[in-house]
Amino acid sequence: MAEATQRSWTDVEAGTPTGKKPVPEGLWLRCPDCGAILFRRSLENNQQVCPECAHHFRLPAMDRIRLLVDPGSFVAIDESLQSQDPLEFVDLKSYADRLEATMAKTGTNEAVHCGTGFIKGRKVILAVMDFTFLGGSMGSVVGEKIVRAVEAASSEDLPLIVVSASGGARMMESGFSLMQMAKTSAALARFDEMGGLYISVLTDPTTGGVTASFAMLGDVILAEPKALIGFAGPRVIQQTIRQDLPDGFQRSEFLMQCGFLDRVVDRRDLRSEISSLIDYAGK
Amino acid sequence: MEAIDCTVQWKQETGVLRMTSASTTVLPFEEPVRELERQIESLEARDDAADIAEEITSLRDSRNSLLQKIYGNLSAWDIVRIARHPERPQTPDYIHMICRDFRELHGDRQYGDDRSILTGLGRIGPFKVLIVGHQKGRTTEERIACNFGCAHPEGYRKALKKMKLAEKYGLPIVTLIDTPGAYPGVQAEERGQAEAIAVNLKEMSRMNTPILSVVIGEGGSGGALGIGVADRVDMLQYAWYSVISPEGCAAILWKEANEATNSAAAESLCLTARDNLANGLVDQVVTEPVGGAHRDPSAAGEALERHIVDQLRELTRFNPRTLVDRRYEKFRKIGAVSTS
Repeated sequence: MAEATQRSWTDVEAGTPTGKKPVPEGLWLRCPDCGAILFRRSLENNQQVCPECAHHFRLPAMDRIRLLVDPGSFVAIDESLQSQDPLEFVDLKSYADRLEATMAKTGTNEAVHCGTGFIKGRKVILAVMDFTFLGGSMGSVVGEKIVRAVEAASSEDLPLIVVSASGGARMMESGFSLMQMAKTSAALARFDEMGGLYISVLTDPTTGGVTASFAMLGDVILAEPKALIGFAGPRVIQQTIRQDLPDGFQRSEFLMQCGFLDRVVDRRDLRSEISSLIDYAGK
Repeated sequence: MEAIDCTVQWKQETGVLRMTSASTTVLPFEEPVRELERQIESLEARDDAADIAEEITSLRDSRNSLLQKIYGNLSAWDIVRIARHPERPQTPDYIHMICRDFRELHGDRQYGDDRSILTGLGRIGPFKVLIVGHQKGRTTEERIACNFGCAHPEGYRKALKKMKLAEKYGLPIVTLIDTPGAYPGVQAEERGQAEAIAVNLKEMSRMNTPILSVVIGEGGSGGALGIGVADRVDMLQYAWYSVISPEGCAAILWKEANEATNSAAAESLCLTARDNLANGLVDQVVTEPVGGAHRDPSAAGEALERHIVDQLRELTRFNPRTLVDRRYEKFRKIGAVSTS
């Protein structure tokens, strides 16, 4: 289901340029949306949102966590979990090599980071996906960490916040990846039954097996502006129907119009948005 | 080759498709068998067929042993082709063969009636059940009507609606999985393909009634899992089940889908029934007739019926609450993780 991505993680690895690559090194950069030349520091001071057109740049998980929680309040859990490469998967490269290279490059173990933290003084369980780690794809570890986050939220009766950014299920763990969709959804069913609050935040891009499982199961579903969100990726759809896709197709605003999102929220308002929802739910 | 009665007319419901022609498609690796069959047929057609009965018998024996040999050494990609064989029995064929008094139930009560997923009540052995299955269609017209077995969101929502009905009356649910994947299209996205599948996964995990899923052909990713969160997940011997099709995987990871890369991807994905069983992702492999279900659909039907009856007998012994807990644990423990 990782075929669903507009841009597969192999492109990411190869550094293939697209309209939305992560902010590169250097003092200046160009906004891919409005073309404005931006001083890197001013972009950083603006939560990686273009001050001219409000284009939301993609964020690595650690930056996202820093922006979301009260300073110094994040305590990571399950950081040491690693994939076992259960199928000893090999394509043009081996999965083991890809994992090793990605871990070295990103300095992290997997495509999701979980922990406890405070958002405007409210304690939450937070899970944040990282698109820079193999396209944010979901294998056994991502599924396991999400479920453990759900379980932690259950046992401590805390709100659960999951920020998704993913190309879908991870092909190199095949059936194991697929079953994580069932596993995470089942865990959320239990959390739902005990009255838990789950806020799902969709960011650019969220597609495939992640959208078709926990990302779409929020009690409240928020999305950053213009994020690509879908089941199948635009390229796959284009190949199927052999027609140009409508403007804005599969973007946050489109999904909200279709009735699948509660709110499109500017990144700079996300903290107050989440804390307000927590208060409404009485959590 | 034994005569196959594939011209089954569906009598009870006009909405349900029917099997049409006798087996004609020969897979590349079946060619040597086909050659022997041609010889047998030409000998049988001779006037002196009675005099050369011994020769015919010996040719039949060699055909059988050749078939056994070929089917004992299939590659993963060969198995994918068997799973897609145009004459392989599909959901409506199995319903016709194993199910009495079938009553199709249409529509999701929200948008429409997706033909790619068939739902209805029926009796299998001593059990009253709800059957949910992908429907691919056989003729060109049927295939188009069924989107080649690729369901839209309303298909998954119809399945859920009917499953809730089964839950209400304590009927066991049998799902037959056979799809290349959920439909990737503009309308499918507009109507919430991802949401529909996600909701099915969540709701099936807590459904208070026994659920048995059997992958009878293709188990293509989320589109398959969308009706596959069950107490038992079993596979027919020559079915495949994976996170992505070999072609999709080859196109992304090998940068090109062709015979060689599709075959390599099929191998790497561990998508066969045997591999999925070895990896603990399915519970049992249901043996097909020698040479695959397409060679002897009625034997395949009998095997599936026996399997379903046996499993339902087992599952219906548990109270629904216990089943839900066991189902949760079954999926909860899937994953290969280690601590660094």
